[in-house]
Amino acid sequence: MNLESRRSFRFDWMIIVLFLLIVGFGWLNIVSASHEGDIVSYFDMSQPYGKHTIFIGFTFVIIVLILSIEAKFYERFASIIYIIAMLSLVGLFLFGKDVNGARSWYGIGSMTLQPSEFAKFATALAVAKYMSDLQTDMNTIKDQLRAILIIFVPAILILLQNDAGSTLVYASFFFVFYREGLQQIYLAIVLSTIILGVLVLKYGIIVTAILSAIIVFSVYFFRRKKRASLLQSIVIYIICLVFSYGVKLFYQHGLKEHQQNRISLWLRLEKDPIKLEQMKKAEAYNLIQSETAISSGGLTGKGFLEGTRTTGKFVPEQHTDYIFSTVGEEWGFLGSAFVVILFVALIIRVLYLAESQKSQFSRVYGYAVASILFIHFTINIGMVMGLIPTVGIPLPLFSYGGSGLWGFTILLFIFVKLDSNKINEW
Amino acid sequence: MRKLLLLITVIFVGILFIARLFYLQVYNKEAYSLYDDIAIRQEYHYPKRGYVYDRNGKLLVANQPSYDVMVIPREVEPLDTLEFCNLLKITKEDFTKKYDKAYHYSPRLPSVFVPQLSKKDYAVLQEKMRKFDGFYIQKRSLRDYQTSIGANVLGDIGEVNRRTIKNDPYYQMGDLIGKQGVELSYEKVLRGVKGVKFIQKDRFNKNIGPYKEGKFDTLPQPGKDITITIDSELQKYGELLMTNKRGGIVAIEPSSGEILAMVTGPSYNPNILVGRERSKNYNKLHYDSIAKPLYDRGLLAQYPPGSPFKVINALIALQEGVVDTDDKVSCRMGYYYGSRKLTGCHHHKSPVDMNDGIAQSCNAYFVNIYRRIIDQGDDSGDAMNNWARHAKSFGLGNFLNNDLSVGRPGRIPDGDYYDRAYGDNRWGSTYNVSNAIGQGEVEATPIQLANMAAAIGNRGYYYTPHIIKAIEGDTIPSQYTSLKQTTIDKRHFEPVIEGMFDVYNKGTASTLKIPGIDICGKTGTAENFVKIDGVKTQLTDHSIFVAFAPKDDPKIAIAVFVENGYWGSRFAGRMASLMIEKYIKGHITRTDMEQWILTHSLENEYAKPYSGEPFKINGETTLQLVDKVTATDTAHTNSNLQNQ
Repeated sequence: MNLESRRSFRFDWMIIVLFLLIVGFGWLNIVSASHEGDIVSYFDMSQPYGKHTIFIGFTFVIIVLILSIEAKFYERFASIIYIIAMLSLVGLFLFGKDVNGARSWYGIGSMTLQPSEFAKFATALAVAKYMSDLQTDMNTIKDQLRAILIIFVPAILILLQNDAGSTLVYASFFFVFYREGLQQIYLAIVLSTIILGVLVLKYGIIVTAILSAIIVFSVYFFRRKKRASLLQSIVIYIICLVFSYGVKLFYQHGLKEHQQNRISLWLRLEKDPIKLEQMKKAEAYNLIQSETAISSGGLTGKGFLEGTRTTGKFVPEQHTDYIFSTVGEEWGFLGSAFVVILFVALIIRVLYLAESQKSQFSRVYGYAVASILFIHFTINIGMVMGLIPTVGIPLPLFSYGGSGLWGFTILLFIFVKLDSNKINEW
Repeated sequence: MRKLLLLITVIFVGILFIARLFYLQVYNKEAYSLYDDIAIRQEYHYPKRGYVYDRNGKLLVANQPSYDVMVIPREVEPLDTLEFCNLLKITKEDFTKKYDKAYHYSPRLPSVFVPQLSKKDYAVLQEKMRKFDGFYIQKRSLRDYQTSIGANVLGDIGEVNRRTIKNDPYYQMGDLIGKQGVELSYEKVLRGVKGVKFIQKDRFNKNIGPYKEGKFDTLPQPGKDITITIDSELQKYGELLMTNKRGGIVAIEPSSGEILAMVTGPSYNPNILVGRERSKNYNKLHYDSIAKPLYDRGLLAQYPPGSPFKVINALIALQEGVVDTDDKVSCRMGYYYGSRKLTGCHHHKSPVDMNDGIAQSCNAYFVNIYRRIIDQGDDSGDAMNNWARHAKSFGLGNFLNNDLSVGRPGRIPDGDYYDRAYGDNRWGSTYNVSNAIGQGEVEATPIQLANMAAAIGNRGYYYTPHIIKAIEGDTIPSQYTSLKQTTIDKRHFEPVIEGMFDVYNKGTASTLKIPGIDICGKTGTAENFVKIDGVKTQLTDHSIFVAFAPKDDPKIAIAVFVENGYWGSRFAGRMASLMIEKYIKGHITRTDMEQWILTHSLENEYAKPYSGEPFKINGETTLQLVDKVTATDTAHTNSNLQNQ
């Protein structure tokens, strides 16, 4: 009896409460952002909020299923799940449906299913399985390449389907690899890549060349221990230069015009006011609308269903990628900060539990869950508030959409199940 | 370190997001207003502007519909400019100019694009309007004058200017506001309150329904009709008499302070300030700096009043007890101080008592009693202050503070005034004897003189002269129904009134008698100096006349002022008598006098200073004869602008 009662409480209640709060608050905002005219019924299937009500209902079925399956199942079948997910991505090229220029959906009757949402947890399982293999050593180039291959397959497939936003999500696995022993040098490389890229676009090649020269050679002159040779330093410097130039060329010729414009607006590169105006008209409409909607909310917001811009549908895609602007307008600073805190709390809780796992599989998987949630959260809210360039990905568990909601629910609750099983691990 | 990288990044991003939210929503936030929300469209509904009736219930001002094409520059989408310009009958250049102007004013607020379309243009345009995003038609009502008289009384409405909008947020670009006359002074009563509807828009700028089911919408409140105190028949007759002259007539009902007529010449037909020609016509009136048709001489012509002011001195002298009605003063064609002649006089019998002094307008008599008033105590400054207090109690020397849109204070100098000019106690009555005969520092406007006559006719009190008689569903301000007492006792008025009565019987206006009406009056002549090319030049005197009638229980008090009319009874006296007869009898028996006024013009007199040639004044001039003007002509001569 005593054992039984303990069993019912072994799932992490804090994750479950945060999950319910996020999904519930998300649903309220979807109602507000997507209703047209009066709300007749919350189950009205002709309206997005009605569909989402059904999606949430089905989510509980999924949760029960996931939690009732034996924890070992996920580790054992990780590879198979991964392969099925990859096949479903490949299948899109044959049976997929074009929506807004991206070939990312299967049409089943009136329902659509987006396999890339399910590829995320599949990839996380596969990465966890591979890294927890006793033979894997993340300090060897060979194993590093293998691990990278696991995430490259879905990333490339999704990119080929013209869904650049979802591709970016796979960058989150860098956090996982780094946690599991990737050398420090990789962190240095990632950081320098970002800094060099921004530097060269914002201030041009000459400033970048001078600044990188100062940094590389001052490291050469002042570092006493494990000092690199002069030749190595020169090679590093040349790599920096080539890379910078490459970024510049890629920006000018490799990107599509709208992508170029988004970066230009973000870094405020355009100085000609007329061109800037045109660019804003073409690319920043969503951003300007979402920013003004958020600003107009003020401290306490205009109230549920009272947002004038939300009601007027000024922000396109507001119930999906731009759902956060509804929160901003109708719930104000207090509501928006609450959402940010919910997500930060959820991610930190997952991280904390991941660190406390006894099996490496569970730890790596938990880390992957936290990283994926984090990158979605950062890119989505950062974009809606104009902090980073426009990239179309949803706010996890919050935005409208069945595939997304289910994908993240599965991702999160597999971890809840793994976590509940840690007392049985030796 | 490896364990902490993600944790630190998550916390950093969380803080960054909350900081950004704080910046966007709290720090950088302007107060939210429905009016600034681009998702909400405001639709205004203008109420009917109140009608204006005269004291006999005759409708003077009504409304007519008008349609303005408005633009909100931010909402304008690319359009077929050629078609649009053709519909509006404007050129492409006009379009660009108007658009730029509107954009410059504000991209998000409505501006008038083309004002006051004709009904025909409106009908055509209305069909096609939906093709032109950002443009819409705003219905307003313009004034429809039922008369061609009273432009200075009725005033006009015009587009509100930016300064007014800044000071009073009720108004928006294109709103119409009273500019002159009762339209200005009763703007708030007449305009009503416009109604506003808030409409939720979508991002395509389409209306998707009332905002919050119209919770914040307001209904327009119609403007209230007003009845003004003007007798339109008398006003019309006054304007007829004033034809070919410059000057002002103000007639007041003494028992109530109601203004019966307020004439200024030259005037214009109020209808020329309605419609698309308004600004062109207004500029013509505004820039006519010689005839000044927009200058209401009845209210603004501030001059030394001359002899009519003598009666005030007579009253003050009686009140101060420095003279008896029987005291006689001898006049040797002027007043002598020692051997020095302080002021001249004309030929009349001598010596004179008060009655003859007033009737004959004897300068020597009034200088004598004025000196007695000022010199009665030790300090002439105190005596002068006392004198000024009495004079000011007749509504002189200060703004009347009434409901007319313009006015001037006039001037009654007091002891402090001369103390400043000459030094304390370094002056006496001989320094300013001109005040005795209404010259010198004393100045007054015709409406103040008419009010003075009313106060005398009432034997010691007056009501502030006002133009409002009734407001629909409201009462008129109490300041116009409360009695203002002068400082002179009632008993002192009779001898003075007798003197004014004898002005008609045997004095300076004896030729102007109206059979059957006992008129009390006083002639006046004001010397007239102007600067022409920087040189002070004397022109022909102004003709002034002040009167009330009948003698007992007066029905009308009047002041007439005619520029360059020479002596008081010549133009002003005749016109005052005719006005009195017209008002009391309703018809004219002195047709000889009417004939004289209608056939004599002063236009040549007014042209003289601008001819560039030497000219003569006063007695050496001859009057210009014209064909008799008729009532219908009045409207046309004054409104010739309309036909240009």
